[in-house]
Amino acid sequence: MVTVAEKMRAKQALTGAEAVAHAMRQIEPHVVAAYPITPQTPIVEYFAQFVADGLVKTEMIPVESEHSAMSAVVGAAASGARAMTATSANGLALMHEVVYITASMRLPVVMPVVNRALSGPINIHCDHSDSMAERDSGWIQLYAENNQEAYELTILAVRLAESEEVRLPVMVCLDGFILSHGVEPVEIYPDDQVKNFVGEAKPYYPLLDTSHPVTYGPIDLYDYYFEHKRQQIEGMKGAKRLFPAIAQEFEKAFGKRYDFVERYRTDDADCVIVALGSTNSTIKYAVDWMREEGQKVGLLKLWTFRPFPKEEIRKALDGKKAVVVLDRAASFGAEAPLYEAVKSSLYNAAHRPAMGSYIYGLGGRDIRPEDIRKAADNALKGELNADEQMYLGLRE
Amino acid sequence: MAAKRWKEIPIGGTITEAGNAKEFKTGSWRVMRPIHDKNKCTSCMLCWLYCPDQAILQTQGHMDGINYDYCKGCGLCSSVCPAKAIEMKAETEFLE
Repeated sequence: MVTVAEKMRAKQALTGAEAVAHAMRQIEPHVVAAYPITPQTPIVEYFAQFVADGLVKTEMIPVESEHSAMSAVVGAAASGARAMTATSANGLALMHEVVYITASMRLPVVMPVVNRALSGPINIHCDHSDSMAERDSGWIQLYAENNQEAYELTILAVRLAESEEVRLPVMVCLDGFILSHGVEPVEIYPDDQVKNFVGEAKPYYPLLDTSHPVTYGPIDLYDYYFEHKRQQIEGMKGAKRLFPAIAQEFEKAFGKRYDFVERYRTDDADCVIVALGSTNSTIKYAVDWMREEGQKVGLLKLWTFRPFPKEEIRKALDGKKAVVVLDRAASFGAEAPLYEAVKSSLYNAAHRPAMGSYIYGLGGRDIRPEDIRKAADNALKGELNADEQMYLGLRE
Repeated sequence: MAAKRWKEIPIGGTITEAGNAKEFKTGSWRVMRPIHDKNKCTSCMLCWLYCPDQAILQTQGHMDGINYDYCKGCGLCSSVCPAKAIEMKAETEFLE
């Protein structure tokens, strides 16, 4: 057991990018292939420094594009290596083809995604349009609220990805600039404890095992492709099944409890706000503020977006008066992605709450506690229309 | 070979045994069937050299006929044969 004094010593003032780079240093993947893109750049910049300083034995491959970065990572992972990369926005979009292939080939790659608005018009600031565009790529998606979580989820992701029942890649999403460039106190766990938690990579049919030659990525037509997609669906179910056990082991090792969702003052709440990422901290502040005034508001934060924790969401929201979902991405011509999924989770609820959908923060637009309050106030007044798209922080 | 269910195959489309392409009988694609005439054939082996599917059967330089499990019926053998010993016939002629 570590003492409080030791914990205080372990805390460092770190940006989210540096915290994630430390997670990568401790994981020490065999291969990292990456290409710089704002606001992800400092992750690989810090990591490249660790490589240059000889702190890790990782083979660092500076490539000429994100498409190549993900391709190199696929090759490395298929050969049996533990491989990582990191990206943002248009870099992720350029990877897209290979992002889908990574999941389809069941390669347990872990990739921090520093959330940034997709062009155009060109914008470098935070929203979730980049990772939402990869929603159906077959990757597990975890969302961090703060730098500590970005660091911890990166470590946890390795175990989740490499589990035999899962064998799927994981995106660890952290909000661009807000987390990646914002400095917070972060507790970095001892290297040996992290190494012990992630363990040795267990390769699955590695290409480098030349005494057992295998073929990766053969043509797969109408006779087997469908079966392979069904297996991927099962892999994601495996992630849903296994996540609590891995989270429990994580808690045992580091004392921090993860789950599919975090319920913040929801038990007696009339209105619950649902969100992903760093905005959850702002919502907690707004919830506390409204609670001081006697309003029964709570927050349901999602750590996992894929697999989507339908049952946990239903359990938390069934019987509530109102649910407000905040999306930092739009789905043009349809409901916002998080709202759509949360609403669908409540189809079989015994007592369906009133629901409202707010899009906020596109292109890095600030979200303030007052904005969140406005949404919760409307919900408590019974002014929600489940079919109406509303906006926070937009000049209407 | 009966197609396997989703739980019976390796994940990710990985093929875990080498050299199993021969289990995939591509001959079923054929529309035109090459018919080998032993009497005209001189075993010059040009057909063996040109066949893209290695479907020409031979024993020590002697042309033995065609392996219909893999012959896709492209007709290259027939077209390069100097002795005109390979005739292409429509598969429909062989329907039972």
